Amino acid sequence: MTLNNMIWNKDFECMSEEEIKKLQLERLKQTVKRAYEKVPYYKKKFDEIGLKPEDIQTLDDIKNIPFTSKADLREVYPFGMFASPLSEIVEIHMSSGTTGKPVVAGYTRNDIEVWSEVMARCLTMAGATKDDIVQNCYGYGLFTGGFGVHYGAQKIGAMVVPASAGNTRRQIEIMRDFGTTILTCTPSYALYMAEVAYEMGVEPTTLKLKAGCFGAEMWTEQMRREIEKRFNLIALNIYGLTEIIGPGVAHECIEKKGLHVFEDHFFVEIIDPDTGDPLPEGNRGELVFTTLTREGMPMLRFRTKDITSLKRDKCSCGRTFARIERIRGRTDDMIKVRGVMIFPYQIERTILEVQGVEPHYQIIITRPQHLDELEVMVEMSKETFSDEVKHIENLRKKLEKRIEETIGIRVKVTLVEPKSLPRSEGKAKRVIDKRSLVD
Amino acid sequence: MKIKQISIFLENKRGRLYEALKALAEEGINIRALSIADTSEFGILRLIVTDPEKTKEILEKNEFTVKLTNVVAIAVKDKPGGLAEALKYLYDANINIEYIYAFVEKSGEKAVVVLRTENLDKTISILQEKGVTILNWDHVLAL
Ligand SMILES: [Zn+2]
Repeated sequence: MTLNNMIWNKDFECMSEEEIKKLQLERLKQTVKRAYEKVPYYKKKFDEIGLKPEDIQTLDDIKNIPFTSKADLREVYPFGMFASPLSEIVEIHMSSGTTGKPVVAGYTRNDIEVWSEVMARCLTMAGATKDDIVQNCYGYGLFTGGFGVHYGAQKIGAMVVPASAGNTRRQIEIMRDFGTTILTCTPSYALYMAEVAYEMGVEPTTLKLKAGCFGAEMWTEQMRREIEKRFNLIALNIYGLTEIIGPGVAHECIEKKGLHVFEDHFFVEIIDPDTGDPLPEGNRGELVFTTLTREGMPMLRFRTKDITSLKRDKCSCGRTFARIERIRGRTDDMIKVRGVMIFPYQIERTILEVQGVEPHYQIIITRPQHLDELEVMVEMSKETFSDEVKHIENLRKKLEKRIEETIGIRVKVTLVEPKSLPRSEGKAKRVIDKRSLVD
Repeated sequence: MKIKQISIFLENKRGRLYEALKALAEEGINIRALSIADTSEFGILRLIVTDPEKTKEILEKNEFTVKLTNVVAIAVKDKPGGLAEALKYLYDANINIEYIYAFVEKSGEKAVVVLRTENLDKTISILQEKGVTILNWDHVLAL
């Protein structure tokens, strides 16, 4: 399957770097002023450090603005971050509150217009035109996914099927009977739908799908290949978050070399999650966004907790907006060992590849002298246990080698007996950090 | 001619060997031969028992990783050079021995040795050809 390279709004998406920066600065100043004047939360934060909106004179000055965290947003629940009176707010969305209070996002009519615009850009990257049928399986409701895609598809003039999530057999029937050309859902739901299609005797590759925008959860290149193969479509990565606008903050073009951030609406930074310092281009760190046009809820330097890197080199699609690589993990799950960021899931995947079974493991970090040491305890599986010492030794060495190749740090692997690592309800404690906090 | 051996993965942790043997003793499993291979990291306990299937079940119930493997038991003269003679046949045939250990009980005047090689079928045929006594399961149980 191939797609034509189409651009929804060349005037903005292909702006020169100079033009983008000029526009960003203008909009940043407006946003900061609006936030300071209309949102007591920001005023208090600025006043505490003696910062005035007029102090922001260059894009670089943004680093003087304090960060906003999800916890800050929860504190002002429900409407404390709104910069518009409730009479101007036309729509509300809410992020799921799995931990603590949810975050409420308010949109003015103009915010909805911006959201439709950026989502139209995303869907156009996936080849959507007014002739297409977009089957939108993101949930409609407080979650932003459903409505965001819906607005974008309507802006383009495509026929949108508001299928929402669930009732999978009916989804397949609709796809087959309507001739859906573009699918939008989470990548894991796409794979599930392929399975259900088989069960129903529908060969997914015979459907008319040409592309899909997949996101709202972390996924891998491997999953992308799988989805593309199963449905014979082009699978593209979509990124967004309720605090900023919802889906439509960034999207992959057909080059699949990262997700273009719509920089005329969102200012992007990558920071060191520990120090908060901005990182040079190409380095992995925490993704931070500042909205540039949001009226209802301007967001200054929002820490997403998502880990990625930023690239500004020219993309062959013609767009000039910077690209983020696919999300690599969450700062919550990240551990820093010898200054290198590593994620337990990287180690988990490697063990799974070597052992062939879902691993039980634990990562132990110590600092015996001045250097961090990493030990990975892996429970021996029935499947890989051999009666011979040399086979077990080989398994251990193979694990050490493969983990080192994946994370770039030498590790010691210890094989332990099954069920000997502690289990707790739900999530197992995967990382034990025994380093003392003082150096 | 092959007999079943139980192999158990042991962490090098205090008390694990005892726990394994205790679990078997409580269920009345009789151990006829035993060996431990260990490294600084882990150990493998190898057992010849009267009821391998039941032993496996008991150990797995106690969260041990267990495997049933085939080995060969041979009877050699209980005097200097008795075992060496048998091993020479294998050496001459280019068969590598992975491990070897002895039974506590004797078979008449002969010592019984457990062998695991890279090729058990070939091992059996060569030793039979050379007249080495290979014990079958009934012989082992009768020891
Ligand atoms: Zn591009």
